[in-house]
Amino acid sequence: MTDREPILLAFCCHYCAYAAADLAGSMRLQYPENVRVLRLPCTGKVEINYLLSAFEYGADGVIVAGCLEGGCHFLEGNLRARRRVERAKEILAEIGIEPERLEMYNLSSAEGGRFAQIVSEMTERICRLGLSPLHRNGLHNDRELGNIVEQEEPTLQGEAK
Amino acid sequence: MIVADRKKVPEIRDMIKEHSRVLLVGCGTCVTVCLAGGERETGILGSALRMALRLIGRDKVVVDECTIERQCEDAFIDILAPRVKEYDAICSLGCGAGVQALAERFPNTAVYPGLNTQFIGILEAQGVWTEKCAGCGSCRLGEFVGICPITRCAKRLLNGPCAGSRNGKCEIVSERECAWQLIYDRARTLGVLERFARIAEPHDWSTGPDGGPRKVIREDQCIAGLGPKA
Repeated sequence: MTDREPILLAFCCHYCAYAAADLAGSMRLQYPENVRVLRLPCTGKVEINYLLSAFEYGADGVIVAGCLEGGCHFLEGNLRARRRVERAKEILAEIGIEPERLEMYNLSSAEGGRFAQIVSEMTERICRLGLSPLHRNGLHNDRELGNIVEQEEPTLQGEAK
Repeated sequence: MIVADRKKVPEIRDMIKEHSRVLLVGCGTCVTVCLAGGERETGILGSALRMALRLIGRDKVVVDECTIERQCEDAFIDILAPRVKEYDAICSLGCGAGVQALAERFPNTAVYPGLNTQFIGILEAQGVWTEKCAGCGSCRLGEFVGICPITRCAKRLLNGPCAGSRNGKCEIVSERECAWQLIYDRARTLGVLERFARIAEPHDWSTGPDGGPRKVIREDQCIAGLGPKA
């Protein structure tokens, strides 16, 4: 299908999806390795330009994974994230990128299995859609994507304390 | 404040696609507050435009972003001047006044609007802005208990509601409040209903925008040699 594996970026809330990803690892669950996990103190930290930048710098799909609705440590960060995801999807559609490449999920920290399932589901979806139209010409932007993750991480760790 | 909303990305993309270096300029005043052209929205548009240009094979077009405090005042544009030399086009995320201020300041650089300027209004609820003032140049809010029938009545009626007022709503747009219902209710609360027994004078439209651009001059504030008399 493609000359490289699709890259997925997962914006994960520290209190749920990130812990669930950890649990998935402890449980030795298998899920596609093409996902890059980026920890946030809350999905309410997600701005629309984070999501667009992810696509701009080479992601083929983006997952935003926050706490169950009603279970946000910051009360409504996950609800705000959902609305921002919706808005970002509208902008992607305007540009001509399939909005299905971006999805918001809710899960709890105990759901290691669900984390693995979400990643598999999104990977399957992205494989069906193909590589991002921005990078179909063999342009591999993983290095750039890695840079974004490196830049964001120190701030995010600081804020999560 | 002046309320605006962003043009669709493809429209902006088509305006700038033939240029080689484009600077998006946000404005830190009204359009920041109405979430149309502040620093964050400029960043979002920059990212969206770079992707949109790439999709049509124009990935060589450089799109950079910056935001200044206020676009509608030349003193604030100073800070932008050295940077503009590096670009052959500007896309302004200011209101129409901001776009034109940039165009006047940079006569050799193409300037495009990134927003559609809508109206003078207020924040009604989070994410909702409503028009409140038509800028007619001859304010009669004192006469109409602080509610403007020129802006808020679909028919600009000055002497009571039309026959289309139903349960306090307008017949033109059913969700919209009837301005005259609002005026009546407020006048009753204030105990000044008798005011409306008199016929309101026709509006003086000579101060309105129809005769071309208007100007406000405060001679006591003008600097000698630089003011309108210079």
